[in-house]
Amino acid sequence: MLTIADRDGAASVAPSATQAAEVAGSSIDFEDVTVSYGGTVVLDRFSLSVAPGEILALIGPSGSGKTTALRAVAGFVRPASGRIRIGEQDITDIPPYARGLGMVVQNYALFPHMRVDQNVAFGLRAQNADPALIATRVGECLELVGMSSFARRYPAQLSGGQQQRVAIARALAIRPRVLLLDEPLSALDAQIRRNMVEELGRLHRDLPNLTVLYVTHDQSEALTLADRIAILRDGRLNAFGPSRSLYQAPTSRFAAEFLGRANLLPVTVSQLDADGVLARVRLGEHSLSVRCELQLAPGHGCLLCIRPHALRLADLPTGNGFRATVETALWQGDTQNVTLRVEGVALNLTVSPSQAMPERGSAVWVDFAPHEATLIADEPAHG
Amino acid sequence: MLVWSRAARRMIWAVGGLVAAIIYGAPIIVIALASIAGHWNGAWPNDFTLRHYGNALTGDSARQLRTSLETGAIASVFAVLSGTWAALALRKIAPLPRRLFDLFFFMPSAVPSVSVGLGLLVAFSQPPVLLNGTTLIVILAHFVLISAFSYGNISAGLARLRPDYEQVAESLGARPAYKLWRVTLPLILPYIVGALSLSFALSMGELGATEMVYPPGWVTLPVGIFALSDRGAIFDAAALTMLLVAGTFAILLALVRISNRATVR
Ligand SMILES: Nc1ncnc2c1ncn2[C@@H]1O[C@H](COP(=O)(O)OP(=O)(O)O)[C@@H](O)[C@H]1O
Ligand SMILES: [Mg+2]
Repeated sequence: MLTIADRDGAASVAPSATQAAEVAGSSIDFEDVTVSYGGTVVLDRFSLSVAPGEILALIGPSGSGKTTALRAVAGFVRPASGRIRIGEQDITDIPPYARGLGMVVQNYALFPHMRVDQNVAFGLRAQNADPALIATRVGECLELVGMSSFARRYPAQLSGGQQQRVAIARALAIRPRVLLLDEPLSALDAQIRRNMVEELGRLHRDLPNLTVLYVTHDQSEALTLADRIAILRDGRLNAFGPSRSLYQAPTSRFAAEFLGRANLLPVTVSQLDADGVLARVRLGEHSLSVRCELQLAPGHGCLLCIRPHALRLADLPTGNGFRATVETALWQGDTQNVTLRVEGVALNLTVSPSQAMPERGSAVWVDFAPHEATLIADEPAHG
Repeated sequence: MLVWSRAARRMIWAVGGLVAAIIYGAPIIVIALASIAGHWNGAWPNDFTLRHYGNALTGDSARQLRTSLETGAIASVFAVLSGTWAALALRKIAPLPRRLFDLFFFMPSAVPSVSVGLGLLVAFSQPPVLLNGTTLIVILAHFVLISAFSYGNISAGLARLRPDYEQVAESLGARPAYKLWRVTLPLILPYIVGALSLSFALSMGELGATEMVYPPGWVTLPVGIFALSDRGAIFDAAALTMLLVAGTFAILLALVRISNRATVR
């Protein structure tokens, strides 16, 4: 078993924060992990690979099993079946204290009877590290999160955001193989949350090899921070992919709606391009061209998914558009929100505020670039 | 507050205060007065004297106070140690067996303490365990009576402890013993001190079971007080009671201060 103390034993010459980054990150692999609480399956044959050094956001509605997945990695829930690996090591049967992970929980859980520096030193002390090493490491980690001047305070004397930073410093002090964050920002108010998202981004640029599994129910945090996003629904992996492409081309209706506002129009496939990239679909009387990553046969019904900002208003028919009726138009300062109706389906569209507002009840042409929309299989809506 | 008008609130405070003063204060005041009364024939002592305190400090009573303090200290420390241990051990078991355990622990408090004393006497007055007439049986009786309260207090503290703290400690590499010593116990320290105070206070006032089991060489203060009042030496008994109150109060005050220091943060 390779513990943090072991790894440092070899190179305990006052490592610096940048050296911390050089500890190679580890991957996290869930292999068919099933967790149940008293007969209720809350994580169902869950498989996911987090690459070394990436931030992977695990998102999903409340109760979907995110915390359970994270706690399975930390060792606080035991999978009924399946394995969990960190790097090359199978950790499924290893006790939590021997896993060498950093964990930050929603309510920080700073030890109230210890000062900030004692909190940060806790892991190293527990592992019997050399006092000189502890002192340097505590200094570095507090520096890293900008809390050096609060070292001698007690947690109760800190604000929520400050406590969060200390909790992160405490987790980083043991040079964890991976960092597990469970809704770390959900207890903070909106303004501080935005700042903390930026700070977490900066922190990861300082420690580029650190593997981070970031659990949140907030899709904007995930989109901002994560390299890749995994979406959980009812204990199952619903969608997984690089943040940008998952947002632009969601692979399920659930993912499309969970990651942001999405227009979903029922269409019928009429023809597939030979290269398999684009498809032609029918929306009422209109024929549209759209990116298609599904295996579909002509005649198949599916959903055309377009983000509100990918739609454009046009006065005249264009190459890839359809006709719709304006229902409402709402000016919101930095954008205008237009609701349209096409083939009985409501459609949202955002346009720049400088654009003339379309008249209610008027017919307009709506246009989109084929690669900015995608086809997804129809499935029952969530909720 | 349910009552908003200032006058009404004052009224309620006044009435409540008066009732509390009568219920809690009157017995203490009467005893305090009796402890310095020379004679007491009417509604009020006829004259005052410190003679009873003199008796209290010279006679057997000083030794009885020491006996009580020692019994209380030993029994309550053991009660808290085993209560902590039991609470930690029973923490993770299912609710139903746990309830049964709780019930079992609290049984001795539900029967008259005289019966507990009698039971111990009968159980341990023949081989192989012969405790009859020893100091140990007194301490054992106190332990049996107070340990449930220690256990109850400490398991309440553990139940209120969010699991996050211990889990974070573990994830940081703390092995079970380190985690217990550095995280769990410090976080429930106020409950431990509370348990110690309660156990000690209960032990200091214990009479029924002690009366049944005490040997001649280990007379606690309540036994002494009871003997005096039985003989009709009411004023001497009152002085001893004041001594008992003072001794208990001093110890509890010290414990409160420790507890305060542990919870300020
Ligand atoms: N200790 C537990 N005992 C029983 N059920 C639990 C426990 N923890 C979580 N659950 C259930 O498991 C499901 C998933 O919970 P959780 O992983 O906390 O979801 P999330 O973090 O996505 O909100 C929920 O339905 C929840 O009620
Ligand atoms: Mg959760």
